Amino acid sequence: MKLRTKFGAFGGIYIPEMMVAAMEDVEKAFIRCRKDRNFNNKLSGLLRDYAGRPSPLYLAENFSRDIGCKVYFKREDLLHTGAHKINNTLGQVMLAKQMGKKEIIAETGAGQHGVATAVVCALFGLSLKVFMGAKDIERQKPNVYRMQLCGAEVVPVTAGSQTLKDAVNAALRYFLGRVDTCYYVLGSVVGPHPYPMMVQHFQKVIGNEARRQILAREGRLPTHVIACVGGGSNAIGIFDAFLRDKVRLIGVEAGGNGKKHGKTLSQGEVGIFQGSKSYVLQNKDGQIEEAHSISAGLDYPGVGPVHSFLKESKRAMYTSATDKEALHAFHYLSRKEGIFPALESSHAIAFVLRNRKMFSSNDILLISLSGRGDKDINQVLSFGK
Amino acid sequence: MRFGSNFVMPFLVLGDPNYSTSLKLLRIAAESGANALELGFAFSDPIADGPIIQAANYRALSSGITTEKSFMLLKELRKHSDIPISIMVSMNMVFRYGIAKFYNKCKTLGIDAVLCPDCPLEEIGELLAESKKNKIYQVFMVAPSTSSKRLAEISKHASGYIYLVTVRGTTGIRKSISKEVAGLIKKTKSSINLPVYVGFGISSRQHVKQVIEMGADGAICGSAIVKMIKAKNPPLEKVRKFIKSLSLD
Ligand SMILES: Cc1ncc(COP(=O)(O)O)c(C=O)c1O
Repeated sequence: MKLRTKFGAFGGIYIPEMMVAAMEDVEKAFIRCRKDRNFNNKLSGLLRDYAGRPSPLYLAENFSRDIGCKVYFKREDLLHTGAHKINNTLGQVMLAKQMGKKEIIAETGAGQHGVATAVVCALFGLSLKVFMGAKDIERQKPNVYRMQLCGAEVVPVTAGSQTLKDAVNAALRYFLGRVDTCYYVLGSVVGPHPYPMMVQHFQKVIGNEARRQILAREGRLPTHVIACVGGGSNAIGIFDAFLRDKVRLIGVEAGGNGKKHGKTLSQGEVGIFQGSKSYVLQNKDGQIEEAHSISAGLDYPGVGPVHSFLKESKRAMYTSATDKEALHAFHYLSRKEGIFPALESSHAIAFVLRNRKMFSSNDILLISLSGRGDKDINQVLSFGK
Repeated sequence: MRFGSNFVMPFLVLGDPNYSTSLKLLRIAAESGANALELGFAFSDPIADGPIIQAANYRALSSGITTEKSFMLLKELRKHSDIPISIMVSMNMVFRYGIAKFYNKCKTLGIDAVLCPDCPLEEIGELLAESKKNKIYQVFMVAPSTSSKRLAEISKHASGYIYLVTVRGTTGIRKSISKEVAGLIKKTKSSINLPVYVGFGISSRQHVKQVIEMGADGAICGSAIVKMIKAKNPPLEKVRKFIKSLSLD
């Protein structure tokens, strides 16, 4: 590998020999593309005209009044397909196209990454298979239809917990058999090098925009930047621009239902899972445990190595919100601001609601509203009010 | 040198389908003409395995197998057999056990070799140091996509034998051996001075014969054996016969 594969002690490339050459090729293409003016112009053009960037920075005044300080939302929910995932899929699918790959595969949890890959593959005329846990197919039906409308094949994964981790396993195994012709679009800052670094590169547009926008509006930086953490792509996407500033960075994981959860950083231990070294939910033998979250996108026992690094170096702080708190936040924001947050993003909002005492009136909070909640309406309905 | 030529190496998952039956299967495998055994530690998320060996991992874990119990099985087996044993274990299990402690335990139990399928050259450092210290062979995988430059690098560090994966994809049963395998064996042997065993997709005596005729030093047969162990009471005699049938003389 040409680039640094580690974030401090984390990351790396823990994959079978059969896959190493393919990762070298992806790295090579990434090094070329990120410096290539044509590539970058075309990507920014699509981010603007197709995805809808820059996404607005919205001062939520009703919410701010309740909290007692200014709260801004970075509105990734307003992008095409309804989440930040499209920042990454546009970049990676363009890269795959440059590499001459004919077949694209992806995993998906909530279906947001699957849909974001499906629209871009439709745009570029590439064939796509999306691996999705059978349980997630059940709870995210509308997204399954959206992928199929774009011509993608949704492959149900019935192994293990039938959620995101098993979808990643299935995609990795499929890829292992087609390393020469196939490109795997990974949806978060997880997996082997170069994915964590590459997905961060494509997602850092969130924070770069937000930093400019808030400086223009407030003439100063936010005091806190808050995001939900599944694999960690929207979180590092918005954190990246603030890493060198005096700004508190807070990641909110899935607290689950009390028994089962997705608190990888707050309760997991360091291990090696799906290609990299990072915090992992596991037992003492290193068997991977099943995560749980009301939100399919946070239902994952691993986390991006960059977050393990930010945790260890104490540059960011990681906490969690429960299923119940997230559900409450979903209702709260709908009622207060007329915005339906994705259940994933609801975790970040729930953290702020729970900790309102921790903020002073001079604080400025910047929350990553990573996606919209339309996909979750049926599920939220099923829990009643 | 415990790993030689014309080797037939059955693969089993330790603890599949449960502790006591697994011990019977291990003894059968060791006593049915095999030259060495490749034994896997059951892992929840094996990324290089197809459905058959995934199911074996799952059976073993569901029956309550742990890292410690897998070592106990190896200890039991060693009371009855001196056959060369190579361990196939996912990196996270070694890491969690403690890399130094894991290799030391292998040494105590008379294990000959360790292979971590998800630990390529780039990450092998710590394993290599412990393997040297404990005089355990560190086995490397080689694939069709492994470049000559990489082969040269692997040859500096590998010991015991080379696990040559000639198919594209996960472990599993394959109908035939492709013609390009001969070329892959030749390329590997010209860079690395170790026995080369072909694994993944070796499903019959015919396949074993073919790869050895193509110049391999041996063959590793997993899924075709593991497939027979579906139930709690696998057909032990059938397994014995099948493993016997793989041997060359
Ligand atoms: C709206 C939304 N937010 C967050 C996530 C979690 O992913 P990440 O932590 O990579 O941002 C997902 C994943 O599906 C999502 O759909």
